[in-house]
Amino acid sequence: MLSVKENLIVNFSAELLKSFTEIVSRYPEGKQKSALLPILHLVQEEYGWVSTDAMDKVASFLSIQPVEVYEVASFYTMYFLEPRGKYNLEVCRTGPCCLVGAERIMKYIEDKLGVKEGEVTEDGLFSWRGVECSAACGYGPVLQIGPEYTYYENLTEEKVDQLISELKQKVQNT
Amino acid sequence: MARKLLLTHIDVPGINTLEVYRQKGGYRAVEKALKSMSPDDVLEEVKKSGLRGRGGAGFPTGMKWSFLAKPEGVARYLVCNADESEPGTFKDRYLMTHIPHALIEGMIVSSYALGTATSYIYVRGEMMPQIRILEQAIAEAKNAGLLGKNILGSGYDLEIFVHPGGGAYICGEETALLESLEGKRGNPRIKPPFPAVSGLYGCPTVVNNVESIASVVPIINDGGDEYAKIGIGRSTGTKLISAGGNLRKPGVYEIELGLPVEEFIYSDEYCGGIADGKRLKAVVAGGSSVPILPANLILKTSTGESRLMSYESLAEGGFETGTMMGSGGFIAFDEDQCIVRNTYNFTRFYRHESCGQCSPCREGTGWMEKILYNIEHGQASPQDIDLLWDIQRNIEGNTICPLGDAAAWPVAAAIRHFRDEFEWHINNPQEAQTKNFGLAHYADPLAPLAE
Ligand SMILES: Cc1cc2nc3c(=O)[nH]c(=O)nc-3n(C[C@H](O)[C@H](O)[C@H](O)COP(=O)(O)O)c2cc1C
Ligand code: SF4
Ligand code: FES
Repeated sequence: MLSVKENLIVNFSAELLKSFTEIVSRYPEGKQKSALLPILHLVQEEYGWVSTDAMDKVASFLSIQPVEVYEVASFYTMYFLEPRGKYNLEVCRTGPCCLVGAERIMKYIEDKLGVKEGEVTEDGLFSWRGVECSAACGYGPVLQIGPEYTYYENLTEEKVDQLISELKQKVQNT
Repeated sequence: MARKLLLTHIDVPGINTLEVYRQKGGYRAVEKALKSMSPDDVLEEVKKSGLRGRGGAGFPTGMKWSFLAKPEGVARYLVCNADESEPGTFKDRYLMTHIPHALIEGMIVSSYALGTATSYIYVRGEMMPQIRILEQAIAEAKNAGLLGKNILGSGYDLEIFVHPGGGAYICGEETALLESLEGKRGNPRIKPPFPAVSGLYGCPTVVNNVESIASVVPIINDGGDEYAKIGIGRSTGTKLISAGGNLRKPGVYEIELGLPVEEFIYSDEYCGGIADGKRLKAVVAGGSSVPILPANLILKTSTGESRLMSYESLAEGGFETGTMMGSGGFIAFDEDQCIVRNTYNFTRFYRHESCGQCSPCREGTGWMEKILYNIEHGQASPQDIDLLWDIQRNIEGNTICPLGDAAAWPVAAAIRHFRDEFEWHINNPQEAQTKNFGLAHYADPLAPLAE
């Protein structure tokens, strides 16, 4: 199901289109649809999320139907079909991380940012959500931030404070 | 010290680079295979090694390779499964982060044995750092003439590409992975046909786990017979175990198969015992899908033998009193953990990850989640335990892919071994909100080993 709340008209840069073409070349002749997931990642990296217009343009680039892109983008959890905070904190909420305090960390982040899961802070800087096992269970609690998906491991309340102020600082410096 | 084959040089600075990896003997297996062995010779060594798939099912790798159809003029593919999303499992990420060339070297040798011209590594999308690392390693190998056209003058051409997933546990299932690699939703395919006959783009395909492929390197270097000498019985070689939960030293360990579970948990060479001086309550030995066992049954089998880290010993007693090796995701629960809450969490995970194609899985996981939520939150009735049991039994074996079983087994095992904890939750709804059931008769039967 694709519930569209907001659209964003995009114009892929020549550079981005060149990366798309390079990705397509990894797959056999006629199998360009294989490039869909990696291309959607590049689109999200560029715009922060994947709008309907972006999906339509990816479809025409790959010579496939728009619905083939919508059904994929809505199936996988990594693609955002609406804008998120500039920094989207993805905290693992699966069993092994909960054994070492993940639920406490999620509650702490919710209180600290003052927004519920999936919502964006007023300044547009932060959002957060729970995600499933991030393959870092021995180093939990753990969170990741896209588009680089850097891991922050063995989280404590202090580490969360530090991370959030570092990210704020980073924005101020740019 | 136990013998290591995959992580021997893990602590060498710069081992992630081609230069240092080669100084430590890296890419010898590629030279040996491409210069002095035929593809069938390589296959023969892998068969002799007794290597079993490290992705979860434990199917013999050599046998899987020998099933690959080889029609004239049709492309074949090797796809490495680096989707690693089974809760409790983080060994492949570790290997790819620290020794990426071990995977690339294994990919080259395996691709040569299978006769593929293009091979893919499907990495879960959240592992962006690892994707960058692998792309870097591939570029280095290509520069050194270890990939591309006419590798080391052997006449063999190979390209390897990294493909990111989009965030979906189900894409670890091999046919869902192939759908995903074709740019589609990760809906598992009905088997047969098996990928060995009709896989990626309808062509014969082998899907293997990261660790399985990396293990081909020592097998070619030292010979399949040498590899088979390590381990115990049909559990040959070494295995990466990712250990998490309430352990003093969680992390990734390479063990010789056959190591006693007790030694793995308590010795300082491995996990160093339970964190904060607490006692062990239960263990999930092979990733969230395998049956949970109380402390007494993970340390000893029902016949009183010491339980070993091997495919056979972990499975000893069947599901009545045993479990499975799975992916090697070892999760330890201390005395303060709540089995009901964990079972609810795992079931929520499977409901979230079900692709929705089959009704028993799609509806059953949601139904189980609701009942477990009610039990955990003191809103259930005594019949709910039997209802839960019925639902899981009706999922098992009735679905297109094994995710259905994977969702059913943890629930069945939790009820089988911890029924009184479920009953306690139902009979003491108020108390269960503020306190945990604790150890009861599952108490750790063994004193911790002397320091
Ligand atoms: C729901 C589900 C998830 C799976 N996830 C993974 C995974 O993340 N990594 C993996 O290697 N195998 C996974 N498998 C097993 C694969 O289907 C396949 O058996 C394996 O990749 C084969 O490689 P191997 O023979 O080298 O173990 C999963 C299976 C199922 C049913
Ligand atoms: S068992 Fe579940 S995950 Fe597997 S195909 Fe059926 S619905 Fe999809
Ligand atoms: S359970 Fe959190 S990383 Fe695996």
